[in-house]
Amino acid sequence: MYDFEFVKPSTIAEATKALAGDGAQALSGGQTLLPTMKQRLAAPGTLVSLNGIAEMKGVCKGDGGLHIGAATPHAVVAKEAAAHYPALAALANGIGDPAVRNRGTLGGSVANNDPAACYPSAVLASGATVVTNKRKIAADDYFQGMFTTALEEGEFITEIAFPIPQKAAYVKFNQPASRFALTGVFVAKYADGVRVAVTGASNDGVFRWKEAEAALSKDFSAAALSGLTVDSSDFIHDLHGTPAYRGNLVKVLTARAVAAA
Amino acid sequence: MPKDHGIGASVKRREDIRFLTGQGRYTADIDLHKQTYAYFARSEMAHAKINKIDTKAAAAMPGVIAIMTGEDFVGMGGNPAGWYIPSRDGAAMKEPKRPVLAHGKVRHVGDAYAIVVAETLEQAKDAAAAIEVDFTELPAIVNMAEAVANSANRVHDEIDNNVCFDWGWIEDNRAAVDAAFAKAPHVTTLELVNNRLVPNAMEPRASIGDYDAGTGDYKLYTTSQNPHLTRLLISAFVMGIPENKLTVIAPDVGGGFGSKIYHYGEEAAVLAASKAIRRPVKWVAERSESFLTDAHGRDHVTRIQLALEKDGTFLALRTETMANVGAYLSNFSTATPTFLHGTLMAGPYKTPLVYVNVKAVFTNTAPVDAYRGAGRPEATYSIERIVDLAADELGIDKVEIRRKNLLTPDMFPYTSPVGLVYDVGNYQATLDKLIELGDLAGFEKRAAASKAKGKLRGLGLSTWIEACGIAPSHLVGQLGARVGLYDAATVRVNATGTISVMTGAHSHGQGHETVFAQIVAERLGIAESAVEIVHGDTSKIPFGMGSYGSRSLAVAGSAMVNAVDKIIAKGKKIAAHMLEAAEGDIEFADGKFSVAGTDKAKTFGEVAFSAYVPHNYPLETLEPGLDETSFYDPANFTYPAGAYACEVEVDPATGHVEIASFTCADDFGNVMNPMIVAGQVHGGVGQGIGQAMLENTTYDANGQLLSASYMDYAMPRAEDVPFYTVDHSCNTPCTHNPLGVKGCGEAGAIGSPPAVVNAVVDALQRGGYKHVTHIDMPVSPSRVWSAING
Ligand SMILES: Cc1cc2nc3c(=O)[nH]c(=O)nc-3n(C[C@H](O)[C@H](O)[C@H](O)COP(=O)(O)OP(=O)(O)OC[C@H]3O[C@@H](n4cnc5c(N)ncnc54)[C@H](O)[C@@H]3O)c2cc1C
Repeated sequence: MYDFEFVKPSTIAEATKALAGDGAQALSGGQTLLPTMKQRLAAPGTLVSLNGIAEMKGVCKGDGGLHIGAATPHAVVAKEAAAHYPALAALANGIGDPAVRNRGTLGGSVANNDPAACYPSAVLASGATVVTNKRKIAADDYFQGMFTTALEEGEFITEIAFPIPQKAAYVKFNQPASRFALTGVFVAKYADGVRVAVTGASNDGVFRWKEAEAALSKDFSAAALSGLTVDSSDFIHDLHGTPAYRGNLVKVLTARAVAAA
Repeated sequence: MPKDHGIGASVKRREDIRFLTGQGRYTADIDLHKQTYAYFARSEMAHAKINKIDTKAAAAMPGVIAIMTGEDFVGMGGNPAGWYIPSRDGAAMKEPKRPVLAHGKVRHVGDAYAIVVAETLEQAKDAAAAIEVDFTELPAIVNMAEAVANSANRVHDEIDNNVCFDWGWIEDNRAAVDAAFAKAPHVTTLELVNNRLVPNAMEPRASIGDYDAGTGDYKLYTTSQNPHLTRLLISAFVMGIPENKLTVIAPDVGGGFGSKIYHYGEEAAVLAASKAIRRPVKWVAERSESFLTDAHGRDHVTRIQLALEKDGTFLALRTETMANVGAYLSNFSTATPTFLHGTLMAGPYKTPLVYVNVKAVFTNTAPVDAYRGAGRPEATYSIERIVDLAADELGIDKVEIRRKNLLTPDMFPYTSPVGLVYDVGNYQATLDKLIELGDLAGFEKRAAASKAKGKLRGLGLSTWIEACGIAPSHLVGQLGARVGLYDAATVRVNATGTISVMTGAHSHGQGHETVFAQIVAERLGIAESAVEIVHGDTSKIPFGMGSYGSRSLAVAGSAMVNAVDKIIAKGKKIAAHMLEAAEGDIEFADGKFSVAGTDKAKTFGEVAFSAYVPHNYPLETLEPGLDETSFYDPANFTYPAGAYACEVEVDPATGHVEIASFTCADDFGNVMNPMIVAGQVHGGVGQGIGQAMLENTTYDANGQLLSASYMDYAMPRAEDVPFYTVDHSCNTPCTHNPLGVKGCGEAGAIGSPPAVVNAVVDALQRGGYKHVTHIDMPVSPSRVWSAING
């Protein structure tokens, strides 16, 4: 790890100022950032910890549905979202191990947009709103390919608002080594239709499986999916699975998510 | 009431208290006065010619004390292979020099070409990054078949087809084996891969070199399973430091699984650097270095054939194996695929004719060497897979085909067609035990329950033997070993009656400190708390060959028992004098020397005291003191055996495999501590499940390690393994060592992988996927799904 400066602001305004500086980078749970720094693959000049900002923490119901502060650790989401949005709480409870869940945060995960991360699928399937220190971004506009988002220089996530669905479930198939999602599917049924978001499968990161959404919006049952095909031509090919295998998982897991919702 | 102490008691592991409370003292915990830090510059290319290494700019960086490169070590020897294996045409084994630091070429990703020593680790790293290298990249040789076929591409310029040796065992039997195949009623053929494994000891390797300029003595603290062998290799082969000037200390060591048997270049480099700068030099591997540079395990590609009668009687077996040795020969790399593998290819069966061919092949990958089980898992996997496949082809039940061919108790001692003499065993007994414990009769009912959940249930068996307790020196000498494989112990009775046992075995998680104390205490009739086990320091221990090959109890334990017997014999002489009786009348039992038929007695403590305060002592005929050493060379290998059953549930939609149950019936001979034995089996089976289902070391065509971190290298976790049922009641004690013990450290890793794969194939066969006759390890979800849909 290279040397760096460390600051810990206590308000969003202070953090905005700190992150405007040259070479400044946000630090939340550090579960992704610190290992990269230890390997000398990242060398921020200043780490701006977002963990001391009270207004960025916690879970509460509001106009936009369930509002979760970006600096809220997965373990807290698992506990506090359970009564309001059980599928989201269950997703949080399935991330990593207790140490990761107690440090890693919603904001860090969604900002990082790892193609195998769990949260992005919930954000996209819920049609959530990503709130930053500068603006509000609709989930459909936020995710822009693996490790790529709509966030600009100096911009950071402060909160995410999740509309609460009538029914939802997340089914994750573990990658055997990392236990991230080899493929994961989040299905959410709203009054105006069903949204299906897939993580872990595509070279483009999280995406919506629109054919399934259309079919499920008409008939919310696993059987409704039987005739559909998944275009796996741009899916990930790695040690753990071929595109065809991931394509199969998308179908199987979507059906299981519908059954579980 | 089960015993609560002594031999056979499940005494809790005394060492665990310090390990679990963070008070273990590992090499990385040791900090010496004026210590410096080393970092190794390592090749990012798999294969390249070194044109120039310019360290000038790096040497001028802050805090840098010294930089040494391969040039600085050209005068030193190479790190040798411990076994000489000639080819079947008589050609000599190809033994390229393995230098301390790469010279001329780098031959695998991670190959170290420079050591940088600085005041801090960060400074050493910064300087390493500033070394300017001029390398010409060469095509990487990764695939063994291509390595052998393409003589233009050479890992070592002087070895034209990258073959280290082409070994036949037993070459004289080849024609007879081929003849049996030619007229056999049925031949089953299988091609399989024994996957490459990264050892993943919890503690990464670490070494501290400490040269004392005043005395000229060198001290090496290092993560070793056998400090004496490391000393011997550094002294006699690599650096030429006289053994009396070199102390090797392996303090607490956090697992090895074979990878810490060997001497590595880093150890010599920190010693040389310490001498050059006259300060201690410390190096601790990062996990990524462990992935790239610890000697890997297994990596065989095998074609195996079994000839049978239509009724399933085995007639002959033959195999052709390519064994990857990586870029350089690690110390046991030539023995592992040959004498620890080929000699086991008869397994527990009566197969009258067996022939084994092994080609060892150099590639631009990390060196490959012994890993928990070492050769025997490779043999067991090949045999047990083909037995199952043959049974399927002939429509014979998997239990019956085994029972029909297993050796029977009346056949011992049994000389196998591949040159081992099994002293004792009862393979039917462990198979019967397995059938009972694993409730094999209830399988169909469980399969129906699985089916109701949409899962396919399968049952996989493995009946295995292994040869451990390594090894009779005269025999291994004939077979090409360059060392003896005895072990040694000193039992030192202190003046107050407490005992220090200096053993040549090295405990790196096995529990020696507990078990050895149980044995000594029981034999001497004293409290276990009065016995201290000392290991891991060449300045304290008479000699030793270390711990691997499930040898500690069978070999070092035997030396310890013999030394205790010498203590008792001398104690009788002292007691006879004290009790004014004839030596022949003295009996020793329960910690007391007594005159037979009388109530006259002296306690062990009184006799010990007299040995050190010899006021009333036969000084004319007997030296004072009570301190005995014994060297023990085993008469034969020991032959643990067992029968394993694995049940799996396969989800055909995703290929996911869950292990529903795993049952082991083992014969380890006499058991000293059942809890520790069960723990060894649990760990071994866990590792076997890891190999069978998860662990997959993959290099790409450029020789880059793709599975170079835990993000891609899948280790078994608690949720991947079931609650095991283990039994070791079917004992046939070893016939040739004083404790009647065989060894249990590797058994689980040897017997389990084929049970898992057999179970998965069985599940798919029963599920109607008749085209699936084999899946290579690891049987990952994607492979299972692809096999189903392939
Ligand atoms: C062992 C292990 C297992 C894991 N398993 C899973 C899993 O199963 N599923 C899964 O989804 N994830 C998994 N993770 C990742 C985990 O969820 C991380 O916590 C997450 O990816 C990053 O969150 P963090 O708070 O630690 O972010 P950090 O590491 O602190 O930051 C990550 C990146 O995001 C930036 N950043 C942080 N916060 C913000 C913000 N509020 N706004 C803008 N940018 C920000 C940082 O600058 C950095 O670039 C695992 C991690 C580990 C170590």
